[in-house]
Amino acid sequence: MDIILEGIRQAFILLFSLDPEVIGITWFSLKVSGTATFISLFIGMSIGTVVALTQFPGRHLVVSLINTGMALPPVVVGLFVTIFLWRNGPLGFLEILYTPAAMILAQAIIATPIVMGISLAAMQQLPRKLRLQILALGATRLQMVRILIREARLPLLAAVMAGFGGVISEVGASIMVGGNIKGYTRVLTTATVMETSRGNFDVAIALSVILLLFAYLINLVLTTIQQRERPR
Amino acid sequence: MMKFKRNLFLTGVVLAAAALVIAAGFTTADAAKAQKAVILATTTSTQDSGLLDVLIPMFEKKTGYFVKTIAVGSGQAMAMGAKGEADVLLVHSPAAEKKFMADGNGVKRRIVMHNDFIIVGPPSDPARIKGTRKATDAFKKIAASGSIFMSRGDKSGTHVKEMDIWKAAGVKAEGERWYQQTGLGMGQTLAVAAEKKTYTLADRGTYLALKKALGLDILVEGDGILLNVYHVIEVNPKKWPKVNFAGGKAFADFLVSREAQDVVKTFGVDKYGSPLFFPDAGKKEEDLGK
Repeated sequence: MDIILEGIRQAFILLFSLDPEVIGITWFSLKVSGTATFISLFIGMSIGTVVALTQFPGRHLVVSLINTGMALPPVVVGLFVTIFLWRNGPLGFLEILYTPAAMILAQAIIATPIVMGISLAAMQQLPRKLRLQILALGATRLQMVRILIREARLPLLAAVMAGFGGVISEVGASIMVGGNIKGYTRVLTTATVMETSRGNFDVAIALSVILLLFAYLINLVLTTIQQRERPR
Repeated sequence: MMKFKRNLFLTGVVLAAAALVIAAGFTTADAAKAQKAVILATTTSTQDSGLLDVLIPMFEKKTGYFVKTIAVGSGQAMAMGAKGEADVLLVHSPAAEKKFMADGNGVKRRIVMHNDFIIVGPPSDPARIKGTRKATDAFKKIAASGSIFMSRGDKSGTHVKEMDIWKAAGVKAEGERWYQQTGLGMGQTLAVAAEKKTYTLADRGTYLALKKALGLDILVEGDGILLNVYHVIEVNPKKWPKVNFAGGKAFADFLVSREAQDVVKTFGVDKYGSPLFFPDAGKKEEDLGK
């Protein structure tokens, strides 16, 4: 128990003394996961919306595929991204293995199905008659989609939170494609793994506390926006 | 509704601006770093002991290269080298290294330093191995008493050494109920062994670095078979043209230089009371431990 209290104390010391390494790692984690989530929003929401609003043969196969993707294990993504990005691999010419770009790529692959699945569910739960009504009022298809997205904005914010939460907390892919390089690709989760294996449990706990703190702050902001907009 | 629109607009502007700044930051930094990056594949023990945190900044400052340290087991490090996915290796698995060189994967293999392996276990020492002079005898006693032994099981240098000792002791440990494998790095395996009060084989550097957090004692040490030698290997660019040979060579040269060897000699003394590694540049492997 002492070690946990000591770790929490250490977390505040590291944060408030503005320890340059910890601040760097924290800021870098937010940048990588934020960018990855941002990318996944574009891809995930657009495909999720299209699948939700169209009918085609084999649709339920696609939907179950997307839902399976929500459970995509980060290490599996890490393994495949690593193999593709090897110097002598199919995408080796990009030369981005063990760089932040590779981490963003892997995290975007992890977050996209999560955002897609939740967007899909969000759009699907809108009453079908709403679409007919909007179209009947003379809206174009594009206008209809925009109105539907606005109607589903609250569950869509949940998609953002789930996607971001999924990638800021994952370690398997980040350590494989980033390499946990000091001052370059080290994020809060990979630093926690390393400090644990070094036996610096207090620092590891401190990093975990910082991770949780920032995850909470970001979700607090998103939740505030979401709840303020809640239809009464 | 208006408020929401404004919020959405603001969020969009902020996100777009952030994305631009981030993208700009990443690309400029990356372009400079890709130029002179050296990929060092090494064992967990060199990173977990903290030695590389001292040596690498020295090297980077001196040469302008940027070192990407990928800390894995020696087995995986050599697999990366054999695929041309690393430029230079710092490893401790001599038999596998010789095979690596014989297969033409490396250009030059030089000795850097050594420390030794130790057999650690709970102070209660259920197999009564404390003070045993030969590691093989200690392993035989562990097997005979059926006390649990925690193996790395990850083809690392430490795991290979452990298998050598089992072989020399004439014990088939694999598959026995008392023989368990973690598949983890040295630090984590020590933590598991400490928690479950079992025996394990560890390199002295990692053990000393973690000692305060463990409840394990050194039970057997000093046997010749327990020597742990680290070599640096430059990966062969003839086999894999994308290998950064100049960078790899510069790092290897640095590790055996006077400057780096002096750091190795004193590293850990202030913190653990004794050095974690002994510098060996220029020596022959056969002469070590004499």
